[in-house]
Amino acid sequence: MPAVQETVEQVRAIDVDQYKYGFSTDIEMELAPKGLSEDIVRYISARKNEPAWMLEWRLDAYRRWLTMREPDWARVDYPQIDFQDMYYYAAPKSNAAPKSLDEIDPAILETYKKLGIPLREQEILAGVAPENRIAVDAVFDSVSVVTTFKEELKKSGVIFSSISEALHEHPELVRKYIGSVVPTTDNYYATLNAAVFSDGSFVYIPPGVRCPMELSTYFRINEQKTGQFERTLIIADKGSYVSYLEGCTAPMRDENQLHAAVVELIAHDDAEIKYSTVQNWYPGDSQGKGGIYNFVTKRGDCRGARSKISWTQVETGSAITWKYPSCILRGDDSQGEFYSIAVSNGAQQVDSGTKMIHLGKNTRSRIISKGISAGRSQNTYRGLVSAHRRATNAKNFTNCDSLLIGNACGAHTVPYIESKTASAVFEHEATTSKVSEDQMFYCMQRGLTQEEAIALIVNGFVKDVLQQLPMEFMVEAQKLIAISLEGSVG
Amino acid sequence: MVMNAITPIRTPAEQALIGAFGALRDSRPTSAALEGLRIDGFARFEASGLPHRRVEDWKYTDLRVLMREARPLAVAPDASVLLAAKVALGRLKRVGGSRIVLVDGFHVPDLADGGALPEGVTVSDLAAAMAQRPEIAALVTGQPATRANIAFALNNAFLTDGLLIEVAPGTELGHALDLVSITSDGAPRLVTSRVVVVVGAGASAGIVETHCGPAGVEYQKNVVMQVVVHDGATLEHGRRQVEGDQALHLATLEASVGAEAHFDSLTLTTGAAVSRSQLFVRFAGEHSNVTLRGVSMLKGRQHADTALVMEHAVPHCQSRETFKHILDGEAHGVFQGKIIVQPVAQKTDGRMMSQTIMLAEGPSMDNKPELEIFADDVACAHGCTCGELDADLMFYLKARGIPHKEAEALLVEAFAREAIEDFGAGPLAVVEELREAMLTSVTDWMRARS
Repeated sequence: MPAVQETVEQVRAIDVDQYKYGFSTDIEMELAPKGLSEDIVRYISARKNEPAWMLEWRLDAYRRWLTMREPDWARVDYPQIDFQDMYYYAAPKSNAAPKSLDEIDPAILETYKKLGIPLREQEILAGVAPENRIAVDAVFDSVSVVTTFKEELKKSGVIFSSISEALHEHPELVRKYIGSVVPTTDNYYATLNAAVFSDGSFVYIPPGVRCPMELSTYFRINEQKTGQFERTLIIADKGSYVSYLEGCTAPMRDENQLHAAVVELIAHDDAEIKYSTVQNWYPGDSQGKGGIYNFVTKRGDCRGARSKISWTQVETGSAITWKYPSCILRGDDSQGEFYSIAVSNGAQQVDSGTKMIHLGKNTRSRIISKGISAGRSQNTYRGLVSAHRRATNAKNFTNCDSLLIGNACGAHTVPYIESKTASAVFEHEATTSKVSEDQMFYCMQRGLTQEEAIALIVNGFVKDVLQQLPMEFMVEAQKLIAISLEGSVG
Repeated sequence: MVMNAITPIRTPAEQALIGAFGALRDSRPTSAALEGLRIDGFARFEASGLPHRRVEDWKYTDLRVLMREARPLAVAPDASVLLAAKVALGRLKRVGGSRIVLVDGFHVPDLADGGALPEGVTVSDLAAAMAQRPEIAALVTGQPATRANIAFALNNAFLTDGLLIEVAPGTELGHALDLVSITSDGAPRLVTSRVVVVVGAGASAGIVETHCGPAGVEYQKNVVMQVVVHDGATLEHGRRQVEGDQALHLATLEASVGAEAHFDSLTLTTGAAVSRSQLFVRFAGEHSNVTLRGVSMLKGRQHADTALVMEHAVPHCQSRETFKHILDGEAHGVFQGKIIVQPVAQKTDGRMMSQTIMLAEGPSMDNKPELEIFADDVACAHGCTCGELDADLMFYLKARGIPHKEAEALLVEAFAREAIEDFGAGPLAVVEELREAMLTSVTDWMRARS
């Protein structure tokens, strides 16, 4: 059946021409020379005063990248990217290692204020319960401008800083973990990122620590013709817990800009990482002009026994999305989760999904994905669930629904389900009626309609996370929460 | 970068196929219509080579690895081959009515069995029909999706003749046609064949294909069947792939289904070392329905792939795809299904299900149930499950005194039955014959296992 009117209106409210973060900030920037070469890689490394091994690591990646071919298997279509026609490094001129917020260019502070991202700790403190506070690492084009609550986090032993800073202060940790989940050889864009990444966040949670507040990074692309290549590395040591949020926006421009990030998560024994993204890059106009190419490699490694990694994503932005947050379930009894709502409008193209790779015994994974396409957009779910020989008793449950609004768009599902062990139990469902019947029964028995019950179950987890997001992060997400599943197809 | 400049390295199999094409062209000139197809098919093959794991549609069936060498092309059977075939056929229980026999891909009218062809059914040479009737020539050329397929292209490259089976409009067959494609013993050969089935408007027919050959011989087979079900017609199609244990079997079924028509196809796979069954089905008229089903029972190191593309190109059609794999030993099962709903195909109802039971620790199963939807008022779903026999059910049966092996057999049969039981909406006798033949095969397989 077709989408219900309510859904149509809700999706319309977040259509591409309603983009609210399209302003740009006029600020003096320092740019690396245009184009990409070994010299640029050296330039970026030198700008960041990196140790020699880091430069070698980057150069290795760059040389490998030169031999690689751009992937073409995703259901996205875009003109050839000219990698020589963009800037790989752009930093606000005034940002020469600010000691406090007062030293940061007021224009940048104003930008974050407009975006609703709280950077002043005292402002956050007023009227907010301590447990609801949120630490922010604000990345502006190629550099991190400020990281809040660092001192307070340090008291619990939590390291939260930009990755450039971590390279200086905790080189042994960075060296040990960087590239251990997404190696420099991984794929075209991850390799490019390894060569030219400029900043990003670094998080280390020591054994047994439950991170006292939410951590978050807010990515902002501002400068024209720049690419943003950030790298995030989160390590949760034994028995620790962290919840991390990521948000992103960019100005409206007619050109396409490249965002090729890498996120690596490592969960040791009994650790848990919850990673949430509200992706709202500029999607281009309704004709498909401009917008961000969001080519991101995100992967979590459940390295320890009983560890857990869960990805939540709300995707409304980007002209093109190419991203598959994945979990390698290496530790016995480890768990992976992926919850996604992807809405495409205008001429957006989304090819997104997840990979759950079961290597350890008794590993479990769950995938809930909801794609909504409107306008002339194409929305593809592409996911892999695999169980290797050793992964006895692995379990997966996948549910992916998609909804089309209008007949000029497309919704596609491309799941790969690979099992090499008899005791693995894989279930892939694409019908809404099969959402855990017990839960449905429970909800409906208490007077909810079927649709309300489904919405509650599918969105329950997402809602839980979103309620903890800063208000401005939540606006789009909240609208999506209520979207009806009526009329969805597999 | 220099990537584009690399010339592909031909595998021995590819070299042999290229050589065989040259030899065939010199030795067996054919009609202009066939020559065009052969050249086109060969050009496609030459450009891409054998499909390998980097070709998405062949991701799980890497022919470069699985088809190490290509056998020489089969030649027309001589008297001794025919005699041996006759003996082998005698042991093969006939399903349905009239039997049509292909030996090494060549039609042998002398081996026909089960009485004269029923009224309304004609069997003729494909090449001659193509020369005289443009609609048949167009049909043999294939739909775009089929044409792009390399197994189909290779079949075209070696196409010298085929069989045209026509059911006249309005005909109602009392029994299914029994089409047997048997490969002879002796030196391993590459067998190719082409069968075109046209079911006239309002007609109702059934056909069962049986593909068999000697055990222990590494013969190769690449067969294509093209089916047209005209408006208001019904076709029940059964397929038993019981090839010899060393065989390589590639089969392509292309079907076009007219308005208010009905097409039901059931494939049972137990044979061959390596097999791939491809289905390309397209709705050409509204208010029709198609059911595609399959049961694959694999053991040892068998590899079987089912790759289907179900295209809803018109509104108001219904399709059901149900595939079951039962895997033992270290067998490898593959299911790749794709439902395409074109923008105009509103009110489409499509459901695809792939289920697997593993009976041992060794097998592996790869599933890729895809949906590609461009219309907004449709109901499409896919499901996929994979696991071992339910321990609770096993316990239940064993607690009632049923021995382990029997309990297993019971559950596996029930599992396979789900795909077979509601087979067919055509004439009762046809459906019954097919269903019984399939169920017997399932039982036999389980029995042979223990």
